[in-house]
Amino acid sequence: MGARIARVSGMPVNPDYAGRAYPPAGPYDITREQIAAFADAVGATGAAHRDPEAARALGHADVVAPPTFAVRLAQQCEAQLVQDPGAGIDFSRVVHGQEGFTHHRPIVAGDVLTGTLHVDTMREAGGHGMVATRVELADTAGEPVTTVTSTIVVRGAGR
Amino acid sequence: MSGLSRTVSVDRDRLVAYADASGDQNPIHRDAEVARSVGLPDVIAHGMWTMGAALELVTDYVGGDPGRVLSCQTRFTGMVVVPEGRSVEVLVEGEVTKTDEQAGTETLQLTATCAGEKVLGRCQAVVRRAGTDA
Repeated sequence: MGARIARVSGMPVNPDYAGRAYPPAGPYDITREQIAAFADAVGATGAAHRDPEAARALGHADVVAPPTFAVRLAQQCEAQLVQDPGAGIDFSRVVHGQEGFTHHRPIVAGDVLTGTLHVDTMREAGGHGMVATRVELADTAGEPVTTVTSTIVVRGAGR
Repeated sequence: MSGLSRTVSVDRDRLVAYADASGDQNPIHRDAEVARSVGLPDVIAHGMWTMGAALELVTDYVGGDPGRVLSCQTRFTGMVVVPEGRSVEVLVEGEVTKTDEQAGTETLQLTATCAGEKVLGRCQAVVRRAGTDA
């Protein structure tokens, strides 16, 4: 119903979704292989991403994820909103505006994390949709691990 | 403070590797036809690939300890266009712009340039200084 309202009124996104929070997504198992593959892809060369001994020498329990690795989990959480028909987000018109990571502690192999998606902003501006989300990643003890913020712009029709 | 810099190259294979590693399988990052159908000049790199590649300059600056990178953020201001069969270079430059003795942190400002265009805006990272505890 939300989607229908959004389309009829010509709004690129459904503003009623602002302030919404989703149930925790996951759990996501973090493995050495995921961390090494991500490091390879972004050209992160450090031994701490691949060699558990090197990571331990730096005081970490196991190999450490690169600073933007958490996007792998955050985007899975964000999909709950982006793929929700009621949100009215046309993914083919989405442009990524901003991204930010706050690390409460590093992500290491062996972590089991959940992500809670919050819709901080969802509004129309100048014919475009502005959507700001925040994913709070936490470990099995419920302790905060990473906060991932993302802003997307949904281009309005004909723009 | 002397400037830091690093050049990183990207081709279609690397974008496929990033898509698999990040889970972002948007076809505009591998299929030129799809990219052109939504108004792009060709396949483009994931903005998050560029951010990830840029942050390696910061991890390297803190002695290869990713645990010392406390936060990072960027805006996406331009595209890294990756034509078929070619390797494209992205120049990442950075400098320390702020030192907070009390908090034990430093702030680095980064730029990423491809084909003369700035592809990241207001890109910065806060790191824990050497010799300070978490």
